[in-house]
Amino acid sequence: MDDRQQLRDLALNDKGFVFDPLTGATFSTNPTGLQILRFLQEGADRSAILAGLQARFDVRGDDLTRDLDEFVSTLRRQGLVGQDFGL
Amino acid sequence: MNDLLPAYERPVLVRHARGAMNKFSRAASMQPATELDGVPYDRLLEAYGSPLFAFSERTLVQTYRQLEDAFATRWPRVRIAWSYKTNYLDGICRLLHQQGAWAEVVSGFEYDKAVRNGVPESRIHFNGPAKSEADLDKAFRGDAIVHLDHFDELALAERVARRLGVRPGVALRLNLATDGVPAWTRFGFNLESGEALSAVRRLIAGDVLQLVGLHCHIGTFIPEVGPYQQAARKLALFANLLRADHGITVDFLDLGGGFASHNTLKAQYLPGTEASPTFARYAEAIVDGLEALDVDPLERPTLVLETGRALVDDAGHLVTTVVANKRLPDGRRALVLDAGVNSLFTAFWYKHDVVPTAPVHGIPEPTILYGPLCMNIDCMRDTLQFPPMSPGEHLVFHHVGAYNVTQWMQFITYRPAVCLVGQDGQHALLRRRETLDDVAGCEELPAWIG
Amino acid sequence: MAVTGLNATDNPGPGVGVVRALRASPEFDGRIVALAYDALEPGLYARDLVDDAYLVPYPSQGTEALLARLEHVHATVGLDVVIPTLDAELPAFIALQDRLAALGIATFLPTAAQLEVRSKARLVALAAQGGLPVPASRVVNDPAELYAIHQHVPYPLWVKGAYYGAERAWTPDEAVTAWHKVVATWGLPVIVQAHVEGEEIDVNAVGDGRGGLVGAVPMAKTLLTDKGKGWAGIAIQDRQALALAARFAEVTRWRGPFELELVRDRSGGYHLLEVNPRFPAWCFLTAGAGMNLPWAVACLARGAPLPDLSTYTVGTMFVRIALDQITTLDTFRALATEGEWHTTQETP
Repeated sequence: MDDRQQLRDLALNDKGFVFDPLTGATFSTNPTGLQILRFLQEGADRSAILAGLQARFDVRGDDLTRDLDEFVSTLRRQGLVGQDFGL
Repeated sequence: MNDLLPAYERPVLVRHARGAMNKFSRAASMQPATELDGVPYDRLLEAYGSPLFAFSERTLVQTYRQLEDAFATRWPRVRIAWSYKTNYLDGICRLLHQQGAWAEVVSGFEYDKAVRNGVPESRIHFNGPAKSEADLDKAFRGDAIVHLDHFDELALAERVARRLGVRPGVALRLNLATDGVPAWTRFGFNLESGEALSAVRRLIAGDVLQLVGLHCHIGTFIPEVGPYQQAARKLALFANLLRADHGITVDFLDLGGGFASHNTLKAQYLPGTEASPTFARYAEAIVDGLEALDVDPLERPTLVLETGRALVDDAGHLVTTVVANKRLPDGRRALVLDAGVNSLFTAFWYKHDVVPTAPVHGIPEPTILYGPLCMNIDCMRDTLQFPPMSPGEHLVFHHVGAYNVTQWMQFITYRPAVCLVGQDGQHALLRRRETLDDVAGCEELPAWIG
Repeated sequence: MAVTGLNATDNPGPGVGVVRALRASPEFDGRIVALAYDALEPGLYARDLVDDAYLVPYPSQGTEALLARLEHVHATVGLDVVIPTLDAELPAFIALQDRLAALGIATFLPTAAQLEVRSKARLVALAAQGGLPVPASRVVNDPAELYAIHQHVPYPLWVKGAYYGAERAWTPDEAVTAWHKVVATWGLPVIVQAHVEGEEIDVNAVGDGRGGLVGAVPMAKTLLTDKGKGWAGIAIQDRQALALAARFAEVTRWRGPFELELVRDRSGGYHLLEVNPRFPAWCFLTAGAGMNLPWAVACLARGAPLPDLSTYTVGTMFVRIALDQITTLDTFRALATEGEWHTTQETP
C-alpha cells in the first residue's frame, strides 16, 4: 500500500474528525494535527511541513521537529501509514 | 510570534474507542487552579521554589469550624484533639490549637512537640501501642491522659504510677466490630470477646489507675457513617455497663477518627468530593449511637474526636513542575514531574485530584504522571485523561494536607519546602527546603575511614 | 424528557425500555433526549426513539460537570423531566435534584438514605428490621473470614461486589479467589450470600415516597442468556411477590422506580436477593401489560395526573431481539466531535 495514497484517502473534517476508509477507524485530531495531515495529503516534505506550521500558527519556543516526528510515529502506530514511513 | 495566528499546540491524534471517547469528561473542561486564596501559585513558586507544599489557613480554619459546629450543635460537650501524626508542622498545629484543639499524640516525640507548641500537658491524649516507661513517666507527671492499649502497658502504667505516688486518670482503647469495616483488632482491648471487661476488672483490682475515658478508633478513611453509629452505640452500652456494675462514670467517650476527606481512594468509583459524607452526617450517626447512654442529659460525657485527615487534607496542595513529556511505546503520554512519591506518599492509595495551574487547550489524552525518582514505583497518578502540558508548566495536586508532610521521606533528593497562605493573602514558610547539611548533618564518619 | 442508560448491548441498560414505554403512552407529546456517556451507546442511534442525543460526563467526573452539561442541554432543547436509569449515576442526580428543579427539570428519585439502605451491604439489616426474606448474607472485608464463613452462610454461595459482579463458590478456596477477583474489579465491600435454588422472579415497581406503591408488575424469566440475563419473560399474577414489593416500599418509604430480584424455592418460599434502585431493562413489559410504570414516573415527577395503574394483563410476554441499526458516519462524527446530535440535522 502506498503511504501517500492511504493518507490521501483519509476523510478529514474541519472539526478534526478523521476517518480511515481502509480500516473504518475514526480519530479526533487538533488543529495542528489536522494541518499536518493536510500537508501530508498534498505531498509536502518534512521541511515544507515545518515551514507551513511556522507560517500558520503562533509558535513560541516549541520543538516542531520533535512534535512532527512524534506525530508521524503516532500515524505509524495507528496504521495510517506503513511501518517504514518516514519524513 | 504572531498573535493574529492561532496558538500552536503539540499535534495530537486520538483514536475513538468505546469507553474512551467522552469529550465532556472532566479533562476536556478541566478548570485550572491558578491561585490559592488569592495568591497565584506562580508567585508562591517564585518565592519558595518547586516542588512546593502550600497550605491554606482559610480552609484549615473553616474546616475546623465546620467540624466543631457539626458536633457542638448535636452534643453538649465536644472536644477535638489534633492528631499530631497527620501533620505535625508547628505552624499547622498552633493554628489548630488556637482554634481550641487539644493534642492527640502517639509517641514521646509527638508529646514533646505538643508541649513545645504550648499545649498544657493535661490537654494531651496519649495514644499508641508502644509507649515506653519514660513516656508514661512523663505523661503521668504532666497529668496527660494516657490511653492504654494492652495488658502489658496496663501493668507498666501501674508500676510507674505507684513509683510516682500518683493516681492518674487513664482511658482504655477498645476495638470492636462494625458492619462493613474490617476491625482493627491489633489496637486496644477487644470488646466482644470480653477482653475489654477483663481490662476494667484488672484496672479496678490494681487500685492505682482511674478509668476516665473509653476510646475506639474503627479505621481510616471510612466513607460511610453507619459504622460510626454502631461504634458509638457499643461504646455507650459499655459505659452503661461500667456504671451499673462497677460504679464507674467516665468523663469522655473518644470516637477516634477516620472520617474521609475529599480524596478518592483508588478503589472508589465516585470522586471523594461526592462520595465522602459531610461532618453533619458523621455527627448525626455518632450522636444517634450515643443516645444509648442511660445518663442524665446534663451529665453526658464529653465526646472526643481525633479526626486528623478530614481536618487538614483539603487545606494542603502540592505544586509541581513538568520536567518532561514522553510518549510510551503503548501510545500513552507520560509526564515527568519534579515531585514524586517520596514527597507525596498518599499517591500510593489515592487518585489525587490534579489540575494545571494555567488554562489549558487541546485534546486530552490518556496520560500517566511520573515523579522524578529513578525508581519504577514513582508514579504520582495512574493513567487519566489529561490535557497537553509542556516542560516548565505547573500542576497542583489537591487534598494532600494529611500524612504527607509527616510520612514523606528523604530519598534521592531533598524534601521540598512547605508554605502557608494566610487569610489576608500574606504567605510564609512553614518549613524550608532541606539542604545537604540537614541530611548529612546526622551522619558520623568512623575514624578509620577518615 | 431525558433518559439515560442507552447502552443497549446484550446486557442492556434500561434506557431504551424506558424510552419505548414513554413513547407508548397516548398522552406522550414531546421529544426524547438521550443522555449517554459514550458516542457508541447503541440506543443513541435508535432514530425512531431518540430525537436529541447528548454525551454527558461520566459520574466519576463529579456533579458539577454533570450539572453544567445538563444546563447546556436544557438551554438548547429544553428538558422537563429526567429519568436516570443507572445505579452509578443516581447519587449525582439525587445530589442535583433541587438545583435541577430550580431550572424547571423534574425528577422522581429516592433519597440518598434510601439508596444506601437497599445497598447490598445493608440489605441484611433492612431485612431484619422490615421482615423481608433475604438469604443468609454477610459483609466480608477480610478474606481470612471466608475460611469460617460456612458458620454463617452455607455453600454454595455467591461472592458479590457492591455495585455489580457476582462469583459462585463451592469451597473456601474458590470463595477466596472470587473475593480477590471481585475486590479487584469493584472494591470493597464484598457481600457473601447463600445460593438459593429456585425460579427467578423480578418485580418492577414504583414507590410513592410515602410508603405506598404506585404500581408493580412481577415477571418470570422464560429465556436466559448465557450470562443469566432475562431475554424473554412473562407478566405473572404473583401475589406474594407483589406483597413483598409493597412491604419494601412501606419499610423504606421508597420514592421512584425499583426492581426486586426474587427467587421462589421448591417449597414455595420467597427470597429477596437484591433491590435495584431504578427501572430494569425489561420495564417496557409494564407498558405492554397495561401498567406503564415509566410513564407513571414521568407523571409523578411533573405532578401530573397518573394514568390508570389499577391492573395489568397477566400473561403478557416480552421477547427481546437484537437488531442492527443503520446509521451514517455523520451521526457518529457529530456525537464524537460535538457531543450532540439531533434528528432535525438529518437530511430527509
